[in-house]
Amino acid sequence: MSGNVQIMTGNSAAAYGAKLCKVQVISAYPITPSTSVTETIANWVERGELKAEYVRVESEHSVMTVCVAASTVGARVFTSTSSHGLLYMHEQLHWAAGSRLPIVLCCVNRGVGAPWSIFNDQQDSIAQRDTGWIQIYCRDNQEIIDSVIQAYRIAEEVYCPVMVCYDGFVLSHTMMPVEIPDQEKVCDFLPPYKPHTILDPEDPRNINPVIFPWQRRDAEGVLRDGYMDMRFKLQHALEQSHDVIVRTCRDYAGLFGRDHGGMLWGYRTDDAEVLIAGMGSIATEATMAADLLREAGIRAGVVGIRVYRPFPREEVRDAFRNAPAVVVFEKNISYGYEGALCADIKAALYGTGIAAPIHNFIAGLGGRDVKASELAEAVRASLAAIAGGKRELQTWLNCVTE
Amino acid sequence: MPEKLFKVNSEEYVLPGNRACQGCGLSLAYRYILKALRENTILTLPASCLTVLHGLYPITSVNMPCLNCTFASTAASASGLVAGLAAMNRSDTTVVAIAGDGGTFDIGIQALSGAAERGTDFIYVCYDNEGYMNTGTQRSSATPAGALTTTTPVLTKQQGKKDMMKIMEGHDIPYLATCSPAFPIDLYDKFVKAKRIKGTRYVQIATPCPPGWVFPPKDTVKIGRLAVETGIVVLYEIENGKFRFTGRSKTLAEKGTRAPVINFVERQGRFKKMSMEQLGQLQKWVNNKWTEYLKRAEA
Repeated sequence: MSGNVQIMTGNSAAAYGAKLCKVQVISAYPITPSTSVTETIANWVERGELKAEYVRVESEHSVMTVCVAASTVGARVFTSTSSHGLLYMHEQLHWAAGSRLPIVLCCVNRGVGAPWSIFNDQQDSIAQRDTGWIQIYCRDNQEIIDSVIQAYRIAEEVYCPVMVCYDGFVLSHTMMPVEIPDQEKVCDFLPPYKPHTILDPEDPRNINPVIFPWQRRDAEGVLRDGYMDMRFKLQHALEQSHDVIVRTCRDYAGLFGRDHGGMLWGYRTDDAEVLIAGMGSIATEATMAADLLREAGIRAGVVGIRVYRPFPREEVRDAFRNAPAVVVFEKNISYGYEGALCADIKAALYGTGIAAPIHNFIAGLGGRDVKASELAEAVRASLAAIAGGKRELQTWLNCVTE
Repeated sequence: MPEKLFKVNSEEYVLPGNRACQGCGLSLAYRYILKALRENTILTLPASCLTVLHGLYPITSVNMPCLNCTFASTAASASGLVAGLAAMNRSDTTVVAIAGDGGTFDIGIQALSGAAERGTDFIYVCYDNEGYMNTGTQRSSATPAGALTTTTPVLTKQQGKKDMMKIMEGHDIPYLATCSPAFPIDLYDKFVKAKRIKGTRYVQIATPCPPGWVFPPKDTVKIGRLAVETGIVVLYEIENGKFRFTGRSKTLAEKGTRAPVINFVERQGRFKKMSMEQLGQLQKWVNNKWTEYLKRAEA
């Protein structure tokens, strides 16, 4: 590391990222563990260190509404939230993506009630998987600040909102050294926001009115999209954002010297006899488990999924092409099926001839501790089960299941 | 033609051929609201009758910029517009949020209270047709007792109308007003005034609804007038805490010549199952309101 390195929490890193992007409107509502992101920004705004409008609304539903409306008149907007805050925004998350607005939201991942938990898992953001937002999962505090900056460039290029997700407490409240990028370089990297449509009294438009299933002609006789055509365009934009994310990450690495891996990253994967997959801090934890396993003679590697939507279909296929075994650790559950990541990995491999056994561990829900040694032990147990012919297995790690 | 009509902005913003129902009280009010607001105005509105009036993509019948928002979010949407415009150095633009009584008294009250408490610089307009009319006449907290709706189809609504003006006044905002499309000049004047004031302004419009209230579309203005003549709807404004009767209600206050509420009730199918007791309570409710308002007007 070089330049301006400071020891800071993940929440501070997120706030610095937003400040460097010169966000113009911030709206926020407090919720643990995300609160200090927007507290930090409030301090900068009130001290005049960040020139921005700060709207302290009465709910998260209103937070995302303010973001949508402010973005529509051409402002770069930012917010952060967690858990029930994100769930309360759900309707507006759809509205933001449907409006094709480049809003950036930091989701500080936390478990979801009932009953109440303030502790970390990723059920909150996974539950928003199908809202049309790009989702990036960070593994450390440096990646948080860098990802927020990248998120604006991605969002404003493809006109889709981006959720930068990182684990509550594990990252949000843990101090780590973080290099703060140079402001001028960030300005070079991130051009000003150019809205695709702008609400302007000089050019009256009715934005987001009722739309029919079929195409209709406008006043000039031009055939315009129906509802489904617009939905396809959103899907297409998410798919196309893949290349933009990869290019943005590469450009960022060129300018700032840090490459977080684009869609996914690998650790000691080349000769691996077992690959561990995960998202966020549990994938970081898995790298230590891989080291432990290798010390014990088991060639383990890690594949960290950085971008969950759009799903890195091709990269996942490449990563697992030669893997004899795959173990997926994840902090969410799609009730009645399996972990969402595991299901998506399996789907990506369908029809490719890749036939590795894939085991799924549901881990760390509601903040239950997961140690690297426990992950290593789980991998060992999986390998034993695979040797015994078990191709699929769902295990709730460190959990009473009988 | 009354002399005052000549001062009304001749520009039309609600264009002919919109999708409102025949005899819609809202479309009549809306025409005058937008004339009064004029240029450099941005509108935001939730799912409501007004969304229908604005038309189907890609054609609109309203010649003003508009951001459609979700049902619960109208005032927050206005807050976002105000903040975004301020960030873009375009604070001279007037932001106007318009929602029905369902979107204001019920699902939108949280966001509205928040925006008003923050002193957001915008005009909030509630067009009150006393029910969820866009979805086919369901009960709202603005529906009066004794009215039939599709969710009070047998027994009629048992509870009285929520006093939303009082709730909004509790936010210490600089301007509140009531109006009716049956008295367009009074309505027009209030919006001209509201546009000049800074801070949160709240205007509530009693809009007769032929299909929801069950009366012939030709009678919209007549019903609107009867609402005022009987004192069920009172035209007034509260500027910096000072209450003032306006228009026809001012005359009624001075002369004390209010008509009995039965004159308003008997012309609407929605009240056909209203009991004598409910009718009596409605008259009593109106009398009490007037006692309160007359006292305030004297102060």
